[in-house]
Amino acid sequence: MKKYLLAVLVDNKPGVLTHVSGLISRRAFNIESISAGYTEEPSVTRINIVVSVESENELDQVVNQLSKLIDVIKIVNLSKAPSIERELVMIKVRATKKDRADLVNIVDIFRANIVDITPENVVIELTGQQSKIDAICEVLSEYEIVEIARTGAIALSRGPIPVKRM
Amino acid sequence: MRMNGAQAVLESLKKEGVDIVFGYPGGVVLKLYDEVYKMNFPHILTGHEQGAVHAADGYARASGKVGVVFATSGPGAANLITGIATANMDSVPLVCITGQVANPAIGKDSFQEVDVCGITTPITKHNYLVKDVRELPRVIKEAFFIARTGRPGPVSVDVAADVFNTEFDYEYPETVKLRGYTGDYTGDAAEIDAAVAAMEEAKKPLVFFGGGVTSSGTSEELRAIVERLGVPSTSTIMGLGCMASGAKGYLGFAGMHGSYGANMAIQSCDLLLCIGMRFSDRVTGRVAEFAPRARIVHFELDPAEVNKNVHADYRVLGDLRWSLPLFKEKLLASHTDFAAKHEEWLRHTLQVAEEHPFSYQEDGESIKPGALIRKISALMDEDTIAVTDVGQHQMWAAQFYEARKPRQFLTSGGLGTMGYGLPAAMGAKLACPDKKVVLFTGDGSIMMNCQEFATIADHDVDVKTVILENHLLGMVGQWQRLFYHHHYSASELKGKRDFVKLAEAMGLKGYRLTKQEELETVLPKILAEPGPAVIDCIVPQEENVLPMVPGGKRLDQMVLGGE
Repeated sequence: MKKYLLAVLVDNKPGVLTHVSGLISRRAFNIESISAGYTEEPSVTRINIVVSVESENELDQVVNQLSKLIDVIKIVNLSKAPSIERELVMIKVRATKKDRADLVNIVDIFRANIVDITPENVVIELTGQQSKIDAICEVLSEYEIVEIARTGAIALSRGPIPVKRM
Repeated sequence: MRMNGAQAVLESLKKEGVDIVFGYPGGVVLKLYDEVYKMNFPHILTGHEQGAVHAADGYARASGKVGVVFATSGPGAANLITGIATANMDSVPLVCITGQVANPAIGKDSFQEVDVCGITTPITKHNYLVKDVRELPRVIKEAFFIARTGRPGPVSVDVAADVFNTEFDYEYPETVKLRGYTGDYTGDAAEIDAAVAAMEEAKKPLVFFGGGVTSSGTSEELRAIVERLGVPSTSTIMGLGCMASGAKGYLGFAGMHGSYGANMAIQSCDLLLCIGMRFSDRVTGRVAEFAPRARIVHFELDPAEVNKNVHADYRVLGDLRWSLPLFKEKLLASHTDFAAKHEEWLRHTLQVAEEHPFSYQEDGESIKPGALIRKISALMDEDTIAVTDVGQHQMWAAQFYEARKPRQFLTSGGLGTMGYGLPAAMGAKLACPDKKVVLFTGDGSIMMNCQEFATIADHDVDVKTVILENHLLGMVGQWQRLFYHHHYSASELKGKRDFVKLAEAMGLKGYRLTKQEELETVLPKILAEPGPAVIDCIVPQEENVLPMVPGGKRLDQMVLGGE
C-alpha cells in the first residue's frame, strides 16, 4: 500500500463534505486521514485527503471519481509534486514528578512544545511530517498516554504556483 | 417578477421545457400543488411515488428529455429512492423535486422528516437542499443542466416547505456558472489517431457498444463506422436498438444471457472497440479472462469508467458526439481496405453465431416465451417502444424482441429493478403518444407496481401489458433449479392471482392466452385494438433462459440450450 496526499479544492457549500466522504465510503477507498478548512478564497474549501492505494490504477480511480463530484473544483496529487507536508498532534501524557524531566528531554529532542501542565499530566504539541509524529508517539508509549488528537496531514506546493493553478 | 417559491418552481420548469410532471402530493408540498392547480400544470398522479419516478425515467429514456418528479417529504421522498438508484445506474436524466420540512423544523426529527440529501448522495449525480427562496431559480437551472449534460443522471432538489410560501423577486438565470463542472467533454484528437492506427493494424476487430451511444444519440455515426470497417458488432443490453437487429454483422447482445456468437467473438477478437459502455459484471463474465486476446480501445465520456473494471490499452476520452464523427472521418480517409482485411473474420463470426442462435422448442400446445415475444416483435411496427420488467421475461425480450432503433428498448439494466416496467411504459407512452408501447413483464415483477394499472386507466394511456405468467419468480427459480437442487425456496407463486380480474378491477381490459395457437388467432386482434390492455399469457414453469454464462465463468463457458 502506498500513501498519497491529495489537495482537493471544493465549493464552500453545505453538503460538500457529505458528498466527498460518502463517495469515499461507497467506493471502498482506504483513507488514512481527511481534514478540511477555509482558504484564501471565501467560496473555496480545501480538503486534504491522505489516501492509501495498492496501485496507480486505484489512485486514478480515486482521483477520477472525486473529480466527478459537481462541487469538486480541482484535485492535485501533492505527493507527486514538490511540496511541504505537515501534521499537528497533541498528546496528553500522565506525568508524575519523577517522569517530568525525561519528558522535557523528549520534547526538546523532537522540538515539540509543552502547552499545558498540571500536577498529574502534561500536554505535548508537535508539528511535523507524519513519520516524526509517529516517532514521538512511539517514544511516549513508554509512558502512560491519556489521549491523542491528530489533525491529519495537510500540504502546500513549493514554489510560487498554488494548487488552483497547477 | 414578484412571486412565491412554488410559482418559481413551476415557472422554472416551463423555462426548461417541461411538459409533464409525475408526482404525488403531501403535507409540505401543498403550496406547490396549489400552484399546479392554479396554473393547470400538466401532472400525472401515480399510485405510489415509486411509480412516479419510474414513469419519469421511462419518459426520459423514450424522449431523451429530462424526467421530472414531485414528492412530499419523509416517506414520499424515501419512496423515490429505488427509482433514483435505477436512473443513476443507467445514466437517465431526472430532476426530483421533493418537499422538506420547514426550515425551523429541520434536524428536529419532525413529522415526515428524512434527510433527503443524506440518503440520495450515493445515488444521484448531484443533490441540493434549498433553504432560501433566492437560491431556488439558480438551483433548478443547475439541476437541469447537470442532469442532461455530460453523462446524464438524476439530480435531487429538496426544498424546505416555507420556501414555497416565501415571496421574492424571481429572475431565471440565463447561464450556469459551476467552477467544478462545465458539461463540456471535448477530448484530444491525438487519442483518435491512435485508435485509427490500432484499427488499421487489427486483424480481428469487434465493435462493442453500450448505453452511451443511446444517450448521446450517436447511433447513426456508430452504424457508419461499423459499415466502414466491415466488422462484426455486439452490444450491451443498454445499447439494444443502436444497431438494428438483423443489421449486417450484428451478433446480438453479449454477456450472461447474451448470444453465443457475440460472446465467442469477444473471447477471440484481437481488438475490442468499446464505445460508451462500462464493463458491467453481467457483460464481462469472469473479468480477469475477458477478451484475453484483445487490445481494448475505449471510447468513453466518463474518465472514471476507463480502467475501472477492465484495462484499456487505448482510451478516447470525450463526448461521443465529438469523438465518433471525427473517428468516422479519419476512418473514411484511411487508405486501409478495412472490408477486405476483415472479410474472413466477419464470415467466421457469423458462422459461429449461426451455429447457436437464440432458440426455443415448441411443443404445439403451450405458449413458449420466445415464440410469444418473437410474434409480438413481428406484429409491432419499427417505431414501437418495448419496455421490460426484470427477470426471465426481460432476458427473453432482449433475445427475441427485435429493437430497431435507439430509445425503443427500455429496461432496468444496471440496477435490475423489478417493478420498473409498468410505470416506465406509462411514462414512455406519455413522452411519445404517437408510438406504440408494449410492456413485457412477469407475474412476479408486475405485482411490485401494479397499482399503476389504475393510473394508466385514469389517463387512458395506451400501453399493452404482456404478462409472462409461469407461477414462479422465474429467474430466481431458474438459479434454484440449476444451482440449488431445485429448491423453490420462496419463489413459487401459487397461482391464485387472476390478472384478468385485476385488470378489470383497475379499469382496464384483460385477456388470458393459454395456447400456442392463440398467438395467431387472438393476439394480433388484441394488439391492434386501441387503448390499454393487459394480456396474461400462461407459459411453462420450467423454461430456462439460455444460453447462460454461470456466475464467475468465462464468456466462452456458456451453458447452451438443448435445441
